[in-house]
Amino acid sequence: MISLEIVGLDAEKIKEISKIKQEDDWVLDYRLKSYDLFLKLGYPNFGPSINIDFDKVIYYKSREEDSIKNNWNDINCSIRNELDSVGVLESEKHLDGMGVQYESEVIYHNMLEELTKKNVIFTSIEEGLKKYPDIARKYFGKIVSNSDNKFSALNSSVFSGGSFIYIPPHTKLDRPLQSYFRINSRSMGQFERTLIIVDDDSELYYIEGCTAPNYSESSLHAAVVEIYVGKRSKCRYSTIQNWATNVDNLVTKRALVDEDGKMEWIDGNIGSNITMKYPACILKGDRSEGTCITISVAANKQEQDTGSRMIHLGKNTKSTIISKSIARGGGNATYRGKVDIKESAIHSSAMVKCDTLILDSVSKSDTIPINICGNDSSNIEHEATVSKISDEKLFYLMSRGLDSEKATELIILGFIEKFREELPMEYAVELNQLLKKNL
Amino acid sequence: MDFTIDHIYAKSKDDKEILKDFSLHILPGEIHVIMGPNGTGKSTLSKVIMGSKDYVVTKGDMFIDHESILSLNTTERSRKKIFLAMQSPISIEGVTNSEFLRTALSSQLEKNVGIYEFMKEMEKSMNDLNMNSNMMHRSINQGFSGGERKKNEILQMKILKPKFLILDELDSGLDVDSLKIVCDNINQYISENPDTSILIITHYTRILDYIKPKYVHIMIDGKIMKTGAFSLAKEIEEKGFSCVNEVSEASTHE
Repeated sequence: MISLEIVGLDAEKIKEISKIKQEDDWVLDYRLKSYDLFLKLGYPNFGPSINIDFDKVIYYKSREEDSIKNNWNDINCSIRNELDSVGVLESEKHLDGMGVQYESEVIYHNMLEELTKKNVIFTSIEEGLKKYPDIARKYFGKIVSNSDNKFSALNSSVFSGGSFIYIPPHTKLDRPLQSYFRINSRSMGQFERTLIIVDDDSELYYIEGCTAPNYSESSLHAAVVEIYVGKRSKCRYSTIQNWATNVDNLVTKRALVDEDGKMEWIDGNIGSNITMKYPACILKGDRSEGTCITISVAANKQEQDTGSRMIHLGKNTKSTIISKSIARGGGNATYRGKVDIKESAIHSSAMVKCDTLILDSVSKSDTIPINICGNDSSNIEHEATVSKISDEKLFYLMSRGLDSEKATELIILGFIEKFREELPMEYAVELNQLLKKNL
Repeated sequence: MDFTIDHIYAKSKDDKEILKDFSLHILPGEIHVIMGPNGTGKSTLSKVIMGSKDYVVTKGDMFIDHESILSLNTTERSRKKIFLAMQSPISIEGVTNSEFLRTALSSQLEKNVGIYEFMKEMEKSMNDLNMNSNMMHRSINQGFSGGERKKNEILQMKILKPKFLILDELDSGLDVDSLKIVCDNINQYISENPDTSILIITHYTRILDYIKPKYVHIMIDGKIMKTGAFSLAKEIEEKGFSCVNEVSEASTHE
């Protein structure tokens, strides 16, 4: 069998993807309905202008041997070396489990045996939909609807790869689970789909990493992530996105949080051309909490249009958004966020803090918050600052013997310290390296 | 360290001339004091010595050990062992005191200073200054009181070991007990490093009760108007700066 590539999109091609994956009829139906929505929906009426030639995008790409392996020795040598060179193999030591997606398919999955015994499920989305239809049909497409926006509709019609995670009640994982996504082809579209269910009284820390090499033709990454956080459960989802600067990164991430549950998004955006991403928490259960800490670095004409959405439905709910943006070299780092405390969400509180550092006169930053407080027992606090690297701070550090590059670096790392301190050690180190390269 | 300022003129970025024909010569191991009314250019002088970009030197020259430092930037002057304890040290979010100071020491010594030996020295120095050791791990000056910031400056001095020390309004923000502790530390440093030259910039004579200067200079309108011994400071304290007239031109080492 030869390698397979699906370019351009119509209903027949969607059927082909579904057939390759040997899906149940309900999944194919969902794909086709989503495709109709994709055709009807327009681009978002806010944010950066997007211009994608959908006929040129590769929607699916795999090779015959691309079945899921759990041993690196079984994986194509050049792919293994490529992944090793970006640190993927090394990082597995710090994890309870890891999945790797290359182009459209998950090629590697492995998890500690004891987690299997605890009935933890960590697999590809395709496996999940096939083997656990009861769980899948309850949540899949329910947290992020395929009609939510053009790109969630696109993802719902052509999704391939991504993780399916189920943490049973009363289960806590000692170390994180991680998925790593890599795009390696020109014009490749990656449409991974992730569904995470943390059942009642449980805890999960999940890490997502993404990279792609630079090509002249642009690539598209349109992912959907749905998370359900059960009663008294906790989920933390960390991403450092370092796509090449020709990847448009248009992602819908949303968590539904039940009573006393806690959801934390840690979201770093360093790479990509255009990013539109606003991780959201629907605080449905009483006393549920949502936190989103983001950093965005927009350099060299990049547009980072990021932020967070917190929708308060339950009573006594609480949300926190901390956003740190850095713009340089003609980049645009915009915070776009929404806090909506509904009438039902009495005694709730929300805090939004956006800080921006602009490093030169050709770069740009906007803060576009929407804050709605629908009852009079709740409150929203909003704080925003825009600054440049102050000469006074540079003078202080240099007067102690630091050169101006080192002084600038310390001030920038200090600016995003709130974000760094939420990352595991090895990621904080990696982030430092990335920032040094990008600034 | 021998420090000389030779007929310097300096102006601010908005073109206001602040130092006008200013000269000063400090020999190794000497302590000089500059006193003067508000707005006379004392703090500007300290920043010009440190190479701040807020000011431009239009005429004159500046030397350490007879070598001009005018073309050196702030970093390079610091590495020549000039240290300015600032009047209002700025706070910097997210950069810990220890991270900053170890980086500074490593760049001055041009080698990576080991964490263990560095921490040991930090702890000892903080103990000398009666500082809470958790300040080591806090962001630079963030949430520090005025007095704590001043102690933090002297902590940096103790770690970086300058040969020429400028103290700009050291006593502001320090209560009597803290001022004594800080000055004890400076005196201890001088006794261990007797070649250290010191320039004290102050409004008040309070600090001179602890650190005894050899010369007192009165600075008015951007230049030194009068130079005398320690007794001049006491005279100023009693009579005010208005008693200084232009007739008594400054001269030392002659």
